[in-house]
Amino acid sequence: MPTSTNTIRLRSLNKKSTQKQLLKVMRSFQKFCRVAFSPTVKNKRLLKDRFVNKTFLAFTLLSISMVVLIAIGLFYKSIPLLDSTSLSNLLLSSEWKPFKEAFGFYSFIVGTLWVTAISIIIALPLSLLTGIYLSEYAHVRVRKLVLPLIELLSGIPPVLYGVWGVLVIVPLIQDRIAPHFVEFTTGYSVLAGGVVLAIMIFPLIISIIIEVFDNIPQDLRNASLSLGATQWQTIKKVVLRKSFDGIIAAVVLAISRAFGETIAVLMVCGNLAQIPQTVFDSGYPLPALIANNYGEMMSIPMYDSALMFAALLLFVIIFLFNTISRVILYRIEKRNT
Amino acid sequence: MIIQPHISIQNLNVHIGDNHILKNINLDIPDKKVTSLIGPSGCGKTTLLKTLNRLLDRQNDVRVDGKVLVDGENIYDPKAEVTHIRKKMGLLSQRPFPLPMNIYDNIAYGQRIHGNNKKSELDEIVEKYLRGVNLWDEVKDRLKSPATRLSIGQQQRLCLARGLAIEPEIILGDEPTSALDPISTQAIEELFLDLKDKYTIVLVTHILRQARRVSDYVGFVYMGEIIEFGPTEEVLLNPKEKLTQDYVKGFLV
Repeated sequence: MPTSTNTIRLRSLNKKSTQKQLLKVMRSFQKFCRVAFSPTVKNKRLLKDRFVNKTFLAFTLLSISMVVLIAIGLFYKSIPLLDSTSLSNLLLSSEWKPFKEAFGFYSFIVGTLWVTAISIIIALPLSLLTGIYLSEYAHVRVRKLVLPLIELLSGIPPVLYGVWGVLVIVPLIQDRIAPHFVEFTTGYSVLAGGVVLAIMIFPLIISIIIEVFDNIPQDLRNASLSLGATQWQTIKKVVLRKSFDGIIAAVVLAISRAFGETIAVLMVCGNLAQIPQTVFDSGYPLPALIANNYGEMMSIPMYDSALMFAALLLFVIIFLFNTISRVILYRIEKRNT
Repeated sequence: MIIQPHISIQNLNVHIGDNHILKNINLDIPDKKVTSLIGPSGCGKTTLLKTLNRLLDRQNDVRVDGKVLVDGENIYDPKAEVTHIRKKMGLLSQRPFPLPMNIYDNIAYGQRIHGNNKKSELDEIVEKYLRGVNLWDEVKDRLKSPATRLSIGQQQRLCLARGLAIEPEIILGDEPTSALDPISTQAIEELFLDLKDKYTIVLVTHILRQARRVSDYVGFVYMGEIIEFGPTEEVLLNPKEKLTQDYVKGFLV
């Protein structure tokens, strides 16, 4: 049987893993294929089709089952905490004393919300104006030059944004901006986190917004322009109105991205388990909490479960936001066809 | 007596990228008549129509040489201001494109962008032009509902009313009935016949019968050139040029 030789060869491949071995395996696989799909096998096409169908289905199921498995795993791990403390207490208490088994996530939730809100407030106008300019006003050559650069921003590893935040944004806030408003700050603040996040999510918002704008038929713009409307009037009353839900979808998707962003935020937020009173105070977003503490202090009872609960919270929030934005984008697509 | 026509095209050349789309077009469009531009797909007739109100501006790599005089003003003069030129022309595209707002606002849009916000005047204008395209009775009870809920034929009449509500002198139609059923097509054609007393109408069409039904003059466009221009019956029934003869042969009579 060609299949059994294959598995044996594969096993030996794991041990030695030389190029020669790999070649042999590939050859035997080729042989197997030749036999299985040879003209002598009846209904070769149908066999092939069934084989492809079933294997591909299996892989698809495997990949989506990951999502379900993660959700179940997180929930299972948070059960001890949920048994000992009520859900409302977990969400609304800000008492975080792991040694006394007091796990109140309120300050972390508020920290996450602050950072996310600040990032959206900064990023949305920035990306909306950039998107409008690139899609409606800019010459095609400008657009072809600028758009890849913006998209490049989303490919930069988050840790670099974190370093940039520490080197540039934090001192800037500490020395230049904050002194006008508060007496003292280290600069490691929810504002710094928000600024860094804003830079990270704005390529995402821009590319969705531009896609939404491109989906609007040119003839619709022409309908407005031919009535003597200026470009700006057309943008305001036709383009923006037509793309309103697309912009919402972009923002929702950006929010879910901002929620989960970890490293860059962790580096600039200060990470104090407190409720920030001003934007210049430190905060401690949920992802930073998990990343900073998982693997350490695990001897404390319930700590593991608490962190898993934090992860579950994040998971649920991001899942919800992603779903909402997908639904909106799907509706737009359906409407436009 | 020399009468200045509304639209006079002089030595017009249009390049899009490396393609020479329109070649040395010279044409005076007769006032208060329906002029049809006919020709095979891709011959440049739609481009010619779009040059008349500078809708090519937004397209990439377009070069326009020559003059298009609208009421004596060269609209391709670098100093020409484009919105007041476009305001002189109502456009009807191949498919109706109602603006993303309700029926009332669609008609009022043109007035509003030019600064007229008086409710009583707008009410009057909306009713007048909806009546003008025989749409009033069908929509008067749902003026506040989205224009996209209308049927395609109703939408096209709405778009025509929207164009007329800016009080243009000229109506441009780019195959305005190609997406419509025969009854809606007939409705639009009848409207053109009604309107030609007041407006100069330029119509791009690939339906020769339609050109014959509604137009007074016909221009035959082929490979970016105007091959023949003249009164409808002459061009369609007794064409002088060989190309025109070949094109109209078999489609008519």
